Amino acid sequence: MANKQESHENEHEYSAGLAVVPADKIADPGLEPHRVRMTDKSKKHEKAAASQVATWFLVSIVGSIAAIVFYFVFPISADLNTVRNNTFFVGASIALGMLAIGFGAVHWAKTLMPDAEVAEARHQTRGSEETRARAVEIVNLANQESGFSRRKLIRRSLYGALALFPLPGLVLFKDLTTDANPSETLRHTMWKAGTRLTTDPTGTPIKAADLTLGSVFHVIPEGLNEREDKLEQKAKAAVLLVRLDPADVKSQKELDWGYNGIVAYSKICTHVGCPVALYEQHTHHLLCPCHQSTFDITNDCEVIFGPASHALPQLPITVDAEGYLVAKSDFHEPVGPSFWER
Amino acid sequence: MSNATTAKPANAKKGGFLAGTANYLDERVGMGGILKEFGRKIFPDHWSFMLGEVALYSFLVLVLSGLFLTFFFQPSQVPVIYDGVYGPLKGAEMSIAYKSALDISFEVRGGLLMRELHHWAALLFVAAAGLHMMRVFFTGAFRKPREINWVVGFMLFVLSMAGGFTGYSLPDDLLSGNGLRIIDGMIKGVPVIGAYVSSMLFGGEFPGTHIVARLYGLHILLIPALILVFIAIHLFMVVIHKHAHFSGPGKRDDNVVGYPLMPVYVGKAGGFFFLVFGVLMLVAATVSINPIWLYGSYDPSPVSAGTQPDWYIGWADGALRLAPTHLEVVTGPYTWAWNILLPILVLLVFMALVATYPFFEAWVTGDKREHHVLDRPRNAPVRTGLGAAGMTFYAVLWAAASTDLIATHFHVSVNNVLTSLQISLIVLPVIAFLITKRVCLSLQRKDREIVLHGHESGRIVRMPHGEYIEVHTPADEHELFKLTDFVDYQPTIARPNAQGKITVGARARAAWSRFYFEDRVAPVTAGELAAAHAHHSHDEVEEKPAAKKTTKKLTK
Amino acid sequence: MAFLKNKSMFSRRKPMAAAVVIAAGLLISGGGYAAASGAIKSTQSSTIASAAQIDEGRKLFLSNCASCHGKSAEGTKNGPTLIGVGAAAVDFQVSSGRMPAQASGPQIAAKDPSEFTDAQVAALAAYVATLGPGPSIPSDAAVAADGNATRGGELFRTNCAMCHNAAGAGGALTQGKYAPALTSTPAKEIYEAMATGPQNMPVFNDANLTPKDKKDIITYLVYLQNHPSPAGLDLENLGPVAEGLFVWIFVLGGIIAITVWLGAKSN
Repeated sequence: MANKQESHENEHEYSAGLAVVPADKIADPGLEPHRVRMTDKSKKHEKAAASQVATWFLVSIVGSIAAIVFYFVFPISADLNTVRNNTFFVGASIALGMLAIGFGAVHWAKTLMPDAEVAEARHQTRGSEETRARAVEIVNLANQESGFSRRKLIRRSLYGALALFPLPGLVLFKDLTTDANPSETLRHTMWKAGTRLTTDPTGTPIKAADLTLGSVFHVIPEGLNEREDKLEQKAKAAVLLVRLDPADVKSQKELDWGYNGIVAYSKICTHVGCPVALYEQHTHHLLCPCHQSTFDITNDCEVIFGPASHALPQLPITVDAEGYLVAKSDFHEPVGPSFWER
Repeated sequence: MSNATTAKPANAKKGGFLAGTANYLDERVGMGGILKEFGRKIFPDHWSFMLGEVALYSFLVLVLSGLFLTFFFQPSQVPVIYDGVYGPLKGAEMSIAYKSALDISFEVRGGLLMRELHHWAALLFVAAAGLHMMRVFFTGAFRKPREINWVVGFMLFVLSMAGGFTGYSLPDDLLSGNGLRIIDGMIKGVPVIGAYVSSMLFGGEFPGTHIVARLYGLHILLIPALILVFIAIHLFMVVIHKHAHFSGPGKRDDNVVGYPLMPVYVGKAGGFFFLVFGVLMLVAATVSINPIWLYGSYDPSPVSAGTQPDWYIGWADGALRLAPTHLEVVTGPYTWAWNILLPILVLLVFMALVATYPFFEAWVTGDKREHHVLDRPRNAPVRTGLGAAGMTFYAVLWAAASTDLIATHFHVSVNNVLTSLQISLIVLPVIAFLITKRVCLSLQRKDREIVLHGHESGRIVRMPHGEYIEVHTPADEHELFKLTDFVDYQPTIARPNAQGKITVGARARAAWSRFYFEDRVAPVTAGELAAAHAHHSHDEVEEKPAAKKTTKKLTK
Repeated sequence: MAFLKNKSMFSRRKPMAAAVVIAAGLLISGGGYAAASGAIKSTQSSTIASAAQIDEGRKLFLSNCASCHGKSAEGTKNGPTLIGVGAAAVDFQVSSGRMPAQASGPQIAAKDPSEFTDAQVAALAAYVATLGPGPSIPSDAAVAADGNATRGGELFRTNCAMCHNAAGAGGALTQGKYAPALTSTPAKEIYEAMATGPQNMPVFNDANLTPKDKKDIITYLVYLQNHPSPAGLDLENLGPVAEGLFVWIFVLGGIIAITVWLGAKSN
């Protein structure tokens, strides 16, 4: 195939920058000679390749039909093994149907279609000088006829109009939320003075005597399960309840806010909000599984490792007349991740 | 023309139908012109050029499997009691979205297959796009005139990640729900607007009852539409510029060497679509992905050990984990959550560097010529080194997302893993750059050796005067050209401008050009080759370069 | 003395009556007590240790455990006190092979098989149980997987998944410690672990997770153990990390192999 060598005289000369343009480059010997394939030389091989391609396509047909058959042969029921069978047999058959077409088509292209490399000319992306001149002429004409650059008043008022017209569209999205003061909402949780601590998720109230050393209770406020916005409240009110030996506790404030060594801390990680749910009963560490922030529950839940940057808020607790653990008030600071107005 | 009728005498009837259709289309959409222009377009052939196609075909699989899923998935967070076939969730409260995902998995024939196909295709889409991007980078295919296409491709990569994230958050399961929680925490940490944006996104407090439906709209409408637009632009530019090709005999910047679209690429690329589809379908049929029934419906209180996002979000999760402790700063009534802002900034800066790299390199080299012959990575040592450093940086962030799994699998402390990765993030990219650059320069020197002195043949010959020498086989003319046909740059010095002043920009450019091109290995010139041959006659014995293997006797 | 007269008349007239009354009283009070405490103690194994078993246990203890736990299990610097840990703790630690511990490290791993036979484990447990009151070995009924799997799953995800992973694949704790996988753990061991809180695992006493809660959790875990994934190979349920590695290595790797074939010249 003859290379269409069209002249490149009219093409623009670009600066080569820091490139070293060699004066005596080693010469380009042109395309390598075409290596003849067996299928080009021998009719027998060509026929064999052709029948291989056809066989692939036939295999594909088998696969597609099999897929349809298996769809009905493997119905699904409550036994999940039926789901497994249907998924596997239908899926594998469809896969066979697809792969076989693919192998057949590629094999056809590789063995039977000409594989001699062909060259095609590439022209500069840049337009020719005439084209560019004509383009400039058109733009100038449009400018002249509309008076765009001449008419300052029109132009500037147009810019203003174009700048402003999208703005109502942005404002339309304001009611994506109806909360007028989101940072204020983040400051309060369901916990109030007298709210009983109950087990998560059953809602059973917890007596102080239920906690032994080394145990951890996952806690939600009483009444959470009945609320319509259950999950939103839980996302702020989840609490971890642990009994510590008061001798191990390093912070007096922690003891004061607790009850006889029983302490309650917010379960919402102050990093980005995952539940800090792992409690190591001997090391007294609380570990968040998302990014491994670690808090020392004997020391005001200060951060001792990981990307969190402030301690878990403590829930002040006491017991009520019947011995059930209750909150003394809401948390004294916002729970969960930091935000600007915190 | 009479040619048309005489060319196919055997299929006169069929020829009639085809001819009629062709005529019909030509008269209405100019099909003849389209075939003339594009039918024999030449595309070069190299396996690494197919990676973009893998991404494209994965996207097609996503659209097809996604269409199936939209007929069954219900993006509502209204709570409902499950009464389906999966025993351990019978009687449990869950959102309708989660329930519909379970029903797709267990009560629709082929539903689980389609769900898995969709998710595997998403993982492959981003992986192939990323690998394709690396191929384009390391071969310098982003150089003029393809800089804009690089940015379009970058946008596609970002959109594919967004598509994946919005998609896997739709079933409202515990794993993806915790992912949304993390995103919410990050948004809240943004200064001034954080709490507002969080409230706007979730329609109030987290988790709210709107987010799944909103992500659904993004996932099936906006993001695919944007991806399609960008794919169209991306492919349109490939058509205008024609595909780049590797250096080699006969290949220049002003031609493209390969095979014609019809029939070879219709066969190969068309077949490849079925191969990619088939591989994805096979994986979907045999390997489990995202078993949402094991996670349960999202609830802000439980959490699973080993909570990771899908792989392509891993680098962001890793960045969060690597932030040092106690980075928060409180100034008056305001909190600067640097433990969140720093990772976000790192990610944004990295993405900005990637997106703007072509413009930066063009500024340094000042090379305004069009480039259609691809670089072999070794011939651009600093670019390749920077790419290796960037990949290492990304890989460390990605590994950091699985610190807990590394700890349990290799029986090491997760705390030590984290600290090691924090150090690696800074140190390893530098080491990767240095090693890669040196390796490239060595490979270039080896190429020079081959050009000048040929390949070592492994045959030892004893000369009459007792000296032992190794016989070298000279490189043939095709190899000689391939090994010497690359662009060679030199560093520059800062020069005064028209006003006689040396600007900061000129100084910077000179410094960067030194960084890039100070250590360079130039291609062998014809003169150097001739000089080398002149020296050979008394030092070495050479065999004539043999196209076929012959056992020719040596001349002494 | 009317009552004395009555009494002698009573005993003269019906010699067996006293015996019958006493026997009836014993039966009623004893049987009633047994029935009432049966409900409370039904979680406990009904085997009562014999003196021979306890003595065997003491001998085994002295030769295998006393070097770290002290001659009277009072504890040394190498091992904590075992007074009050209960038979359940011993049964858990020894039958899972964790004890006797070999190397000291951040955590002591289970070893399979355990060094001791079931009879020896029972003897050790019986001995340690005599040292102080503690959780006893659960009965077969208590650990039978006939509870409510749905409830169990919910409880598991709230109380256990953060360490053991939602599918029981295990997870990392700090400083090299870990929560082991539960994919092949026997039901009795699961119960005992919850009741005794081995190493850094918290204690889940009956007020926190009632015996019914524990049974439900076991039912859920046994379901997971007995039901392979309906979706195919489950990649150890390690989640997106395993899936991502799989796609890069096998899927993309396989496709690249195909592209190399596709781009290669045919012979």
